Amino acid sequence: MRGKQFMSLVLLSVIAGGLTGCDSVQPWQRKTLADYTMRADRDPIGDGIRDHVFFSREMATGGEGVGGGGCGCN
Amino acid sequence: MNTSRLRKIILASLLAATFVTAHAALKVGDSFPDLAGFKLEGKLPDSLKGKVVIVDFWASWCGPCKESFPAMNELQKKYGDQALVIVAVNVDEEKSDMQDFLKDNAAKFTVVRDAKQALVAVAGIQTMPSSFVLDDTGKVRFVHTGFHGAETRKEYEQQIQSLLKP
Repeated sequence: MRGKQFMSLVLLSVIAGGLTGCDSVQPWQRKTLADYTMRADRDPIGDGIRDHVFFSREMATGGEGVGGGGCGCN
Repeated sequence: MNTSRLRKIILASLLAATFVTAHAALKVGDSFPDLAGFKLEGKLPDSLKGKVVIVDFWASWCGPCKESFPAMNELQKKYGDQALVIVAVNVDEEKSDMQDFLKDNAAKFTVVRDAKQALVAVAGIQTMPSSFVLDDTGKVRFVHTGFHGAETRKEYEQQIQSLLKP
C-alpha cells in the first residue's frame, strides 16, 4: 500500500512538472507563426482541389478555417 | 513524511503554475512604467516630462506595423514641435530583423528595442501592433489595438489634439 501511494505521488509530481512546461505563445512572440508558410491559405490551387473533394463527398463546403496560426495582428 | 501535506503542496504549486502565464494588461488610467527602467536598446529622449507620448509596440513580421510607420512619421512631423513624442518599441527576437525592416521603412521618430521582451510583457498587449497614448503626466489615456489605416490615424490625431490642448 505504501509503495502504491509513493508511486502515485511520483506520478503526480511528474505531471505537475510537465504542466509547468506548458506555455502559451504571447502576441509578441508570433514571428514563426506569422511566416507565410504557416498560413492555411497559402496554396490556392491545393485549397481548390481539397474543397472540391470535400464538397463532392460531403455535399457541404466551407468551414475549413482554423484558429491559432498566422500573425494574429490587428 | 506527511503525504497529505505533500499532496497539498503539489496541488498548490500546480495551481500557481496555471496562473503564471496570465498577464495583467495596462489599461486606461494606469501610470505607464518608466521606460528608463527596462534596459531598452537605443537612445530614449532625454526627458518625457510634460510631453504627450505614444508608446507603440511593433515587430518586423507584423504587416499592420509596416502600415503604421508612414502615419506615425506624419504625426511626429506635424505635432513634434508641440510636445508629441512617439517611442516605437521593437519586440523582435533578432536585432537584424529590426534593422532590415528599418532599412525599408524609415522611422522619423524614436525607435528602441525591447530585447528581453520585458516591457512588452508588463504592458501585456493582446495584439500586434498595440500602442498607448500617454498624457503629460505619464498616465495611459488611450489604448490602440492593431492598426486600421486611416481610421486609426484619425483617432490618433483627435486624441493628440485633445491632450495637447491646455
